[in-house]
Formats: sequence, structure tokens, C-alpha cells
Amino acid sequence: MSSYFFSRLKILILSLFFASLIIFFMIEIIPGDPASFMLGINAEPETVDALRKELGLDISRFERYFNWITGMLIGDFGVSYTYRVPVSELVMARIGVSIPLALYAIFLSTLIAIPIGIFSASNHGNFKDWSFMGFTQLGIAIPNFWFAMVLVLIFSIYLKWFSAGGVPGWDKGFFINLKALTLPAFALALPQASILARIMRSALIETLSQDYFRTARASGLTFFQAVKKHAFRNALIPVLTIIGLQFSFLIAGAIIIENVFFLPGIGRLIFQGIVQRDLIVVESVVMLLVFSVIIVNFLVDMAYLYVDPRLRVKK
Amino acid sequence: MKFPISFILGFLLSLFFLVITIISFFWVPYDVETLNIANRLMEPSFENLLGTDHFGRDIFSMIMIGGQTSLSVALIAVGLGLFFGVPLGLISASWRGSLLDDIIMRANDLIFAFPSLVIAILITAVFGPSAFNAILAIGIFNIPVFARVTRGAAISIWTLDFISSARIAGKGSFRISLEHILPNILNLLIVQGSIQFSLGILAEAGLSYVGLGVQPPTPSWGRMLADSQTMISFAPNLALFPGITIILAVLGLNLLGDGTRDLVDPRLKDKIK
Repeated sequence: MSSYFFSRLKILILSLFFASLIIFFMIEIIPGDPASFMLGINAEPETVDALRKELGLDISRFERYFNWITGMLIGDFGVSYTYRVPVSELVMARIGVSIPLALYAIFLSTLIAIPIGIFSASNHGNFKDWSFMGFTQLGIAIPNFWFAMVLVLIFSIYLKWFSAGGVPGWDKGFFINLKALTLPAFALALPQASILARIMRSALIETLSQDYFRTARASGLTFFQAVKKHAFRNALIPVLTIIGLQFSFLIAGAIIIENVFFLPGIGRLIFQGIVQRDLIVVESVVMLLVFSVIIVNFLVDMAYLYVDPRLRVKK
Repeated sequence: MKFPISFILGFLLSLFFLVITIISFFWVPYDVETLNIANRLMEPSFENLLGTDHFGRDIFSMIMIGGQTSLSVALIAVGLGLFFGVPLGLISASWRGSLLDDIIMRANDLIFAFPSLVIAILITAVFGPSAFNAILAIGIFNIPVFARVTRGAAISIWTLDFISSARIAGKGSFRISLEHILPNILNLLIVQGSIQFSLGILAEAGLSYVGLGVQPPTPSWGRMLADSQTMISFAPNLALFPGITIILAVLGLNLLGDGTRDLVDPRLKDKIK
């Protein structure tokens, strides 16, 4: 186990290092000085210099990178140029929307995908399988923000079951927020569920044709017992990989979906940062998102250890 | 040769969108640059097949012209991915296990780990929103996809006997990659290309929707959706038709990809059956 763990850890650290370099230098090449941008063109040079000092722009690039990275490690993401409050505060205020939304979407997509995958695999080749796979093709082709708009049209405007946007805040109670997040989470979950169901199906079909599965059936297990005991776990490896890969699509999707539903989450924070040229917010939040994607992929790699015991053996 | 149904359906859908987009370069039913407020928000009719928008412009004409942006951005992004990804994959495969291979594959993993839209946002934050930056943002993420597919397929071909024969005949890695490996993985690249093409259409729509793609007045399918959002309660057609256009175009390309795979590699199908 240890060699696998350390090789993954090495990749994790290298990825984070290069990601931070890329993000930092992309922001660095933006022409213009944030301090003079904030103060306008008529500002006195002394005022601009003072602000540059306050924002920490008067030191060398290398030092700035070093300060940014070490700051991030202890939770200091810098101070927002426009709001003049720590970026960490802005992030903390919004993370309470984005993380529940992402988890809710993953939960929904798994809930939809796994039964469809198993059902299609057990019926594979016949009409039921075909129609389900047709639906998943459609699910992949639908842009999730468009699906979100259609959901609003049906469930908020015509049926008036859900509100068209916003969240009440967690202090108002759990279920009222869950309800407010249901349409956005469902819009996010649909394409994910479609991909996941297809992967689940083909992974299961692959294992169903194995000799050990036939032996299990021959020994008297029913189809579903045999799937549960022998096939499901083997099919889980590609499914896990996809869930990991999908996390980055989920993050991207959430940025757009938050804008459709006017949810005050991380995605809207990035957009405000871009519009207001609040680069420190953009830089730190992008790094945070990349960090979360890399960490999730690391955790997926670790989950293989649990699912696939062969990886626990030292090479 | 029997064509799979997914191939026929996908081919027809893709062809349809390709043809209306090409026609739009020469002719559209109505000029989309002149506004005709008296004619605004018309229901679909014989004069306006899909109705008109809030400025009285013909929606069908806008979808035709919007295809120019949506398809060209996605297509060039695929080209970018092929142009850089395939050589990288070929190099990786022919020097398999070397430091170079390791570096290429690790760099691929790194790009893979980035949430693509977030980087697209970063690129537009730095360089400003435009079609060119949208292509760049989408295209960069196609590179590791093609590199990986190319490497995987090339490695399995490198082990075959006819490659050894080519080696004995005195051909170097470069010539073998070009003359023997590439033609044998072309099918796979076409399949992957059509899938990336469809993903590119979705990505372009997403970027344009949030205002980071092409800028007004150039129409694109994603921008039409963005414009329609505030009017969805009284003019749902404005949102429905461009959305259905995107779905059908993406569906067509995906089916075409799946169908081509079944067509050129029947083994894959047998394995699953």
C-alpha cells in the first residue's frame, strides 16, 4: 500500500505546485496595475504607491508568489481589492452554498445512474436497454444551463412548486434550503447521471461475461445476488474513475448553474471578481477550485485501494 | 456493409447542421442585423419557421448564422487538440517508458486535473472575452485527450509483428509512427474527434451563455440562450429552439462517433454483446 500511496502523494504535490505556478503567472501577465486601476486615472502617484504597498505589490514577483502560497497554506488568501475584506471571509460565506450543491448533485446523479446502469446491463440488447440508453444519450447532449432554464419554466413558472432562484440561508432551516437547491442540483446531476449510467452499464456487462460470474450463477445464486456479491465491486473501478473525473465538470457546471439560479456561491464570486477586476479573488478562488479537484482525484485513487485489493500489494 | 442505426441517424443530424450552417454563409431567410420591432415575439409560422425574437429577428435565420460561431469554435478547438495531441501521443508511445514519455503524460494529467471552465474563465479574465479565447480555452483541454488516446492505441500497435518488420527494414521511430502507426489509429481519432467536437459545442454554448464567448452582435447558440433567459416566462420559444438545436447537434455528433466506432471496429460491439 505504502508505495502506491507515496507515488500518488508525489503526483498530488507536483500537480498542486505546477497548478499554482500557472495560475499565478497567468494573473501576473495581465497588463495594468491593480492599484492604479482601483484609484482611477486621476490618482496622485504617492497614493498609488501607498496602496501598492498596502496590497503587497511593491515586492518582487518571487516574493509575492512565495507569500501567496505560504499564505494559502495557513488559510490566508489575501485581501480582496474591491471589498477590502479577506478573501477567505468571502469564500467562507459562499462555500455554504456551493459545497451542499455539489454534494446534492453527486448524490442525485449516483442515485439515478446506478439503478439504470444495473437495469440496462441486466436487460442488455433488448428494448428496455435501448430506450434507457437513448435517454442517456439525450442526457449527455443537453446543456445543463438550458436544462436548468427549462426546469425553472416548468416547476417555477407554470407549476410554482419551487422558487426560481436564491437560497434562504441555512439559519432558516435545513429543508427549505434543500428545496431551494433541488432544481439546481437536478440540472447539474442530469448529464453526470447519464454518463455514469452508461459507464456502469458497460462495466457491468464486461463483468457479467466473466467465467467467475457464470460460476456464481451456476452455484445457485440469483442474478441480483450474483451481481451484488461478485459483479458490482468489479464494475465499481471504472465508475469511481468517472466520478473523480466528473468532479471537475461538476465544479465547472456549478459555476454556470449558480448564475442561472442567482445562488450566492463560489461561481458567482469568481464572476464578480472578473467583472470588478478583483484579481486576488479570481486567483485565490481558482486555485481553491483546482485544489479541490486535485484532492478529489487523489481521494479517488485512494478509494481504489479499498475496492481493488490487488493495489494493496507492494510492487 | 450494414450501417448501424446510430451511424445513420448521427450522420443525417450532423449533415443537416453542417449544411444549414454552410448555406448561411450565402443566404438566410431573413437578415438578422435589421431590427423589426413591429414583428417581435411572433409565434412559429410559414413566414417565420421558428418565430421571431424580441427584436423581431427571425429565430431560424439566427440559428443558421449562430451555427457559424458554434461549429467553427468547436471544430478549430478539435483541430488544435489533434495538431498538438497526436504528435505528443505518438512520441510518448514510440519512446515508451522514457523520461520524455513520463513528462508528457504527467503534463497531460496536470491539464486534466484543471477544471476546464475555470481555466477558460481565467483566460478570458486575462485576455478578455472573444471567440479566439474561447477556442484557446476549449482547445487546450483537447490536447491531453488526443495525446492519451493516441498513446494508448499506438502502444498496442507497436507490439505487432509488422512493426518489427518495418524496424528490420531499417525504418526509424519517426517514419514508423508516421507511415504505420498513424494510419492504423486514424479510425479511433475520428471517433474521438467527433466526441470532442460535440463537447466543444457544449463548452462554447456554456462560455457564450455566461458572456465569455463571442460578443454581441455576433449570434451563437449559447448567446441566444443567454439573451432569452429574462424573457422565458412570456417567450419560452426563444429559449427552447436554440436549446433544441444544441441538443440535436451534440446528439448527432455523439451518435456519429458511436456509430463509426461500431462500423470500424465490430470487435468492440461483439465484446459488449
